[in-house]
Amino acid sequence: METMNVTGKAIQLDADGHLANRSDWNEDLARELAAQEGIPDLTPQHWTVVNFMRKVFEKEGDAPSIRRLTKESGVDTKTLYQLFPKGPAKRAAKIAGLPKPKGCI
Amino acid sequence: MTQTNTVEPIQKVSIIISHGSLEGVYPGLIMANGARMEGIEASLFFTFFGLDAIIKKRMNSLKVATVGNPGMHMPTLLGALPGMSAFATGMMKKEMEKLDIPPIGEFIAMIHDAGCEIYACRATVDMFHLKREDFCDEMDEVISVGQFYEKAAGAQIIFT
Repeated sequence: METMNVTGKAIQLDADGHLANRSDWNEDLARELAAQEGIPDLTPQHWTVVNFMRKVFEKEGDAPSIRRLTKESGVDTKTLYQLFPKGPAKRAAKIAGLPKPKGCI
Repeated sequence: MTQTNTVEPIQKVSIIISHGSLEGVYPGLIMANGARMEGIEASLFFTFFGLDAIIKKRMNSLKVATVGNPGMHMPTLLGALPGMSAFATGMMKKEMEKLDIPPIGEFIAMIHDAGCEIYACRATVDMFHLKREDFCDEMDEVISVGQFYEKAAGAQIIFT
């Protein structure tokens, strides 16, 4: 299993490079994961998306679709793609410490 | 030992939508949206009856084909009964809503906002005497097949 080292601690990752254990997640780790995705700075809007994803996952066991992000997170589609240029749903899930979303939409 | 994967990931897709039925349009839209979600560059080219999906007056009233569609598992005569197509369409829309698949108009707007370019086929536009104002705002440009190939340079072309 792959691991990443953050401040001297080895964090386990799953096959997609997402956190293997959600309990490892904290805000510093989120910043580290964001940097890996080419996002050097997490703005308040990034955090809105990340926190929304964590909230939905907590309740439903899967990350929200891009449509739900658009409708319910308070950040519209255009902005979502500006915040996460390499694909909002997937990248935001990674930064949020969640597994890759299962849905197609 | 880990195996090294030497296959290059897909960078860009150009998706052609040529059918105007609900089941003819959705797969291409889902693939375009899915590409953008993966960070893959995407464009959509609507041709022939596929244009209905970006024509303002028609885009939200596309129907499932209940005749000549073996996938419906319905005898042709039954499929031809009045209201059958509307009924099948209603059922399908309900199921899609459960999966968070948006209605066509909303989906096109979402895909366009995601950075996917939307083109209409010049030959079809001329053939059906269509004007810019017939199309939804998201339609970026009416282009010829030649322009389509130019814009699709380096992309995987997917015909639906």
